[in-house]
Amino acid sequence: MTSTQAPLVDMENISIAFGGIRAVDGASVNLYPGEVVALLGHNGAGKSTLIKILSGAYKRDSGTIKVNGEEAAISNPRDAKSHGIETIYQTLALADNVDTAANLYLGRELMTPWGTLDDVAMEHSAREVMGRLNPRFQRFKDPVKALSGGQRQSVAIARAILFNARILIMDEPTAALGPQETAQVGELIKQLKSEGIGIFLISHDIHDVFHLADRVAVMKNGQVVGTAKVGDVTEDEVLGMIILGKCPPGAIPGPGAVN
Amino acid sequence: MSDPAISLDRARASELGIVARFFKATELDTRLLGMIGALVIIWLAFQFLSGGQFLTPRNLWNLSVQTSSIAVMATGMVLIIVTRNIDLSVGSVLGFVGMIMGVTQAEFLPKLIGFEHPATWIIALGIGILTGALIGGFQGFIIAFLGVPAFIVTLGGLLVWRGAAWWVTSGRTVAPMDSTFRLMGGGPEGAIGATWSWVVGIIACLAIVAMVVNSRRQRKRFNFPRRPVWAEVFMSAVGCGLVLGAVALANAYYWPIGIVRKYAEASGITIPDGGLFISHGIALPVLIAVATGIIMTFVTTRTRFGRYVFAMGGNPEAADLAGINTRWVTMKIFIIMGILCAIAGAISTARLNAATNAQGTLDELLTIAAAVIGGTSLAGGVGTIAGAMIGALLMQSLSSGMVLLGLDTPLQNIVVGLVLVVAVWLDTIYRRRTA
Repeated sequence: MTSTQAPLVDMENISIAFGGIRAVDGASVNLYPGEVVALLGHNGAGKSTLIKILSGAYKRDSGTIKVNGEEAAISNPRDAKSHGIETIYQTLALADNVDTAANLYLGRELMTPWGTLDDVAMEHSAREVMGRLNPRFQRFKDPVKALSGGQRQSVAIARAILFNARILIMDEPTAALGPQETAQVGELIKQLKSEGIGIFLISHDIHDVFHLADRVAVMKNGQVVGTAKVGDVTEDEVLGMIILGKCPPGAIPGPGAVN
Repeated sequence: MSDPAISLDRARASELGIVARFFKATELDTRLLGMIGALVIIWLAFQFLSGGQFLTPRNLWNLSVQTSSIAVMATGMVLIIVTRNIDLSVGSVLGFVGMIMGVTQAEFLPKLIGFEHPATWIIALGIGILTGALIGGFQGFIIAFLGVPAFIVTLGGLLVWRGAAWWVTSGRTVAPMDSTFRLMGGGPEGAIGATWSWVVGIIACLAIVAMVVNSRRQRKRFNFPRRPVWAEVFMSAVGCGLVLGAVALANAYYWPIGIVRKYAEASGITIPDGGLFISHGIALPVLIAVATGIIMTFVTTRTRFGRYVFAMGGNPEAADLAGINTRWVTMKIFIIMGILCAIAGAISTARLNAATNAQGTLDELLTIAAAVIGGTSLAGGVGTIAGAMIGALLMQSLSSGMVLLGLDTPLQNIVVGLVLVVAVWLDTIYRRRTA
C-alpha cells in the first residue's frame, strides 16, 4: 500500500445531481490492491450514489474514474464489469424467480459446445461455491424468492466471488445477516484481500466495518469529510467525522470538512 | 454415494407422503397437470352434453387445426407477459401481414412469375415474416428505447395495423391463395397422411427417450441427485403414449366421401366395395404450431436469451445491474412476436383461402387469455410455453364445444369471459397455497 504503486481505482472530483440536489459534490476516493476502504456516512450522505457511479448504475455529471492508472469510461454496469468491478447491492439485486445457479451466472452463463445453457455445469459450480460459503445451503432448485435474507446474501456474495472480481463493492454487506453469517463474511473479506482484491465497504454503522477496513473515507452532504488509516484515528473520532463533519488530526481532510 | 448433497436430498424426500413423493420423484408440474385435468373435464362434459359428438376423431382433428393460429401467437405472448409487457396489437398485425401475404401471392407475384409458380408460397411467406419482424421490431424499439409503455404502443398498433390492413386493398378481400400456400391451412390436402404421421410420432418418441437419457447422463456427470429410474421410465412411457395416441387419433379421421371420390377419379383408382379410407394424419398447421412450441420452449429454457427474459421478468433492475442489455432483449421479444403473428397469419389466411381486412379481429384477447390461463403471471417472471399452448387449446375447446351444442354467440362470449376470470382466480389461490 505504498503511494508509489498506482491505485486500483482512483475517482477524482466526481459530481452528480438529481434535479438540483447535488447528491455527490466533487468527491475523490481511491483504492489500492489488497486494501479494504470503508466508505462511511449517514443515510443520504451520498456514499451509495458515489459507489453506484463506479459500478455503472448511475452516470456521473463530471469527474474522472481511473482503473489501474488508466481512465475508464464507465456508463453502464457492463462497462464496470469489463473493468473487473463487481457490486453487491444493499437491495440484493437478484433475479427473484430463477434459481441460485442462474443468479450466480446471470449475464455470464456457462454454455455447452452447442451454444445452449449448460445448467448442470452451472449447478455444479454453484454447489461448490455455496458449499464453501454456506455449507448448509441446499435449495438449489428453488427460485431465490423463496430463500431467507441470509441465504440471499450468500448468493449475492457468491455471485461476486465467482467472477474473480478485482474490485469488489459491498453495500451494507452484513446488514441482513445473523452473527454467524457476519463472521463468515469477515473471513471472506480477509481471504479476498489476501488475493489482492480491492474492496469498498459501504456502511452507515462504523461498528460493522471498522475492524475489517484498512482505511476509512467519510462522506457528509455529498462531500468527502476526510480519509484516514484505521490505525491513526479512533472510532469516536470517526464518529465525529460522520456526525459533525469534524476532521481529526490523524486524518487527511477533504472538501467537506468543517474546521 | 457419500455425497452429502445427495443423502440430504434423499432424507428430505423420505419426510414426504406417498403422493408428494411421487410428484417430487417425477418432478411433474402440478399446475400444468391441473390444467390438463380441467381440459379433460371440459372435454368429457361436452361429450356428455352433445351426445357423443365431441370426442370424435373428426371434431378433435378440427379442434387441433382451429387452435393452431392462436397457439402459435400465445407462445410469443408468454415472453411478452413474462417481461411485464403486453401486446394488444397481435390480431391487427396478423390481419395486416395476412393481407400483405395475400396481395403478394394473388396480385403481385402472378404478374412477375406467373400463377401457381412453385416458389410463390415461400416468397409470400418470407415477405410476411419479414413484415411481421419489422412491425414487431418497430413497436419493440419504441417500447424499449423510447420508453413508451407497451400497453400504449400496442394499443396504438391495434388501430394502426387494422387500418393499414384495410388500406392495402381499400377493404377488398383478396382470394384465392396459391395452392401450395393453402396447405398451411390444413384440410385433406394440408395433412401429412398416415405413414408420415407415424414417422413423425416415432421420431418424437425417440426424441423424448433421448432427452431423458441425456439429462440423466448430464446429472450423473457431476454426481447430482437423480430421479429414480421408475420415474424416468414412467415419464417417458406417458410422453410416448400421448404422442402415439395423438397420431392414432389423427389417422382415425378419414377423408370425406366426396373428396375421396374426386381423388379416386383423378388418380384412376376404383373405390372398393367397403369404401376407400384415406387417413388425414396430422394437419400441417398443427405440425407448424407444435414445431413453434418446441422451438420456443428450447429458446426459453436452453438459451441465454430465454434466461434473460425470465430474469428480467422477476426483477428488471437486477437484470440491468447484472449487465444484461434489457432494452435489446425487450426489442428482440417483440420481433419474435411479430414473426409469430406472421406465421399465425399464414395459417389463418391459408385456412380461409382468402385475406380479409377483418382477419384476426379480437385475436389479441384470445392470445392473452390463452397465455394467462396457461399460467403466465401478469406480475411477470412466470410462465411456460406448453402451458400457453394448452391454454389456447382449452379456449378453443370451449368455443368449439359450444358451437357443437348450438349455443348463441352472445352466450358463448359470456361463458368464455367467465371461464377466463374463474381460471385466473383459481390460479391465484393455487399460487398462494404453493408459495
